[in-house]
Amino acid sequence: MSTRTLAVVSAGLGVPSSTRLLADRLTATTADALRERDVPVTVEVVELRQHARDLADNLLTGFPNRSLKGAVDTVVGADGLIAVTPVFSASYSGLFKTFFDVLDKDALTGKPVLLGATAGTARHSLVLEHAMRPLFAYLRATVAPTAVFAASEDWATGDTGTPALTGRVRRAAGELADLVAGRPPAVPADPFADPTTSFEDLLRGGA
Amino acid sequence: MQFGIFTVSDITTDPTTGRTPTEAERLQAVLTIAQKAEEVGLDVFALGEHHNPPFFSSSPTTTLAWIAARTEKLQLSTSTTLITTNDPVKIAEDYAMLQHLAGGRVDLMMGRGNTGPVYPWFGQDIRNGIELAVENYALLRRLWTEDVVDWQGKYRTPLQGFTSTPRPLDGVPPFVWHGSIRSPQIAEQAAYYGDGFFSNHIFWPAEHTQRMVEFYRRRYEHYGHGTADQAIVGLGGQVFMRKNSQDAVNEFRPYFDNAPVYGHGPSLEDFSRETPLTVGSPQQVIERTLGFRDYVGDYQRQLFLIDHAGLPLKTVLEQLDILGEEVVPVLRKEFAALKPAHVPDAPTHASRVAAAGGAKDVTVHAAGDGVTGQAPGRATEKATR
Repeated sequence: MSTRTLAVVSAGLGVPSSTRLLADRLTATTADALRERDVPVTVEVVELRQHARDLADNLLTGFPNRSLKGAVDTVVGADGLIAVTPVFSASYSGLFKTFFDVLDKDALTGKPVLLGATAGTARHSLVLEHAMRPLFAYLRATVAPTAVFAASEDWATGDTGTPALTGRVRRAAGELADLVAGRPPAVPADPFADPTTSFEDLLRGGA
Repeated sequence: MQFGIFTVSDITTDPTTGRTPTEAERLQAVLTIAQKAEEVGLDVFALGEHHNPPFFSSSPTTTLAWIAARTEKLQLSTSTTLITTNDPVKIAEDYAMLQHLAGGRVDLMMGRGNTGPVYPWFGQDIRNGIELAVENYALLRRLWTEDVVDWQGKYRTPLQGFTSTPRPLDGVPPFVWHGSIRSPQIAEQAAYYGDGFFSNHIFWPAEHTQRMVEFYRRRYEHYGHGTADQAIVGLGGQVFMRKNSQDAVNEFRPYFDNAPVYGHGPSLEDFSRETPLTVGSPQQVIERTLGFRDYVGDYQRQLFLIDHAGLPLKTVLEQLDILGEEVVPVLRKEFAALKPAHVPDAPTHASRVAAAGGAKDVTVHAAGDGVTGQAPGRATEKATR
């Protein structure tokens, strides 16, 4: 079976960040789940912190600079996406949103996505369902039914996490692995391919 | 190869003095800049079209006609003509007029315009941008090539027995370029008709321009107008020059940092790396510009943006002196030496008349009398023949 690519977008700001920690946990478990399904996988991580200025520039100039372009291409071209953000003011962080703002509106159509979020307390956990899920529904991504929230208490037992977190991660990773394994490898659209609509059709008013 | 300048006609505060020119001052400055362009030996002056502040150029043919009367050789063009919101009938009339007044020294660059609010001011909707560009341009071509047009489309009232006057000079319409930053459909349109494709080039990375131009060339060949390397390509460029490159950087930085579009975003250094912007010595501009050829192939027209972001007239005229004296003569020589013989030059009125088998008078004489336009009686009809 051909190798699939998992892209990981982490909007954590601290080093190390619990957001990245959750992203890594989700990624490793998803990769294991794919290998269990005999699907070889490679992982590419995009730390949005490294692109904070690039993203602000993109908002003004309308194009991603070289460094950001690499990150965008990674995400757009991936077979599956793991997207994790810290909760800021009752939602995903502005940095997280900005990354998805600069993508082409069709860039994630149909892409399997696993959502994750982190915060200090579990009182923020519905951000996953009330903020993140609608964003990816708008982008017409295929979002795994389980999204994973990790609060400080989940890390209290160290990097192995509480049993409950481990269970949620395993279930979500299995769902993403099924979505990725069940689809043919992603082929990014080429905007410069020969047009499928002839110019004569355009002239006749067909779109 | 043609070299020139293009302006967007922005009225922008000079960030070093805090002073904003009046419309009258800026308009006169652009007239001075255009005349200076001819004086220093440039080939092309292209003027933008906008219908909202901070721009003044709502009526480019008025301005270009004035410039035509004050110049001898300068090719006049647009950057761009709004094919979406202008009535194609008015474009056909206005630019045929200008073509006559300028003795054929006219071409146009079609653009869609990306300012959403402008569309409804002219009864249109930005969401129909591509469709408008396709339908309106198809009509414009017919108005220039057919004496009497019956037409029906989606976006303007039908025409019955309409003749656009004056007819194109010598029976040959102005050459048309199509400009687009990001829409392959417009490159496709240019290729379909065998028109020119102009890549603005100044706001986006070279790699993007490269792919758009490659696409246009491939489609130009597909539609049978010639080989891909014979397609007609123009590029924008943005430069600021001083003898010492650090002086250029220091002087230009406040204008860059506060510029419309990209100001308050990337640093001058970042933007220079990511886009064709070149701020430095004339030699640096020469090298960078020659490098454009490496990724778009041999091309026909290079226009520079030199008068935006509040740069004072005096500075712009100095830039024109440097372009005319130190940069363009070298570029002319170097590009000419590299260009294979089978790659054409940019079309001009003279070359297009020659290709059409010579000048023809295509005046459409009215069958009616010259005063009322009424259908004539037989006697009048005889008299007009």
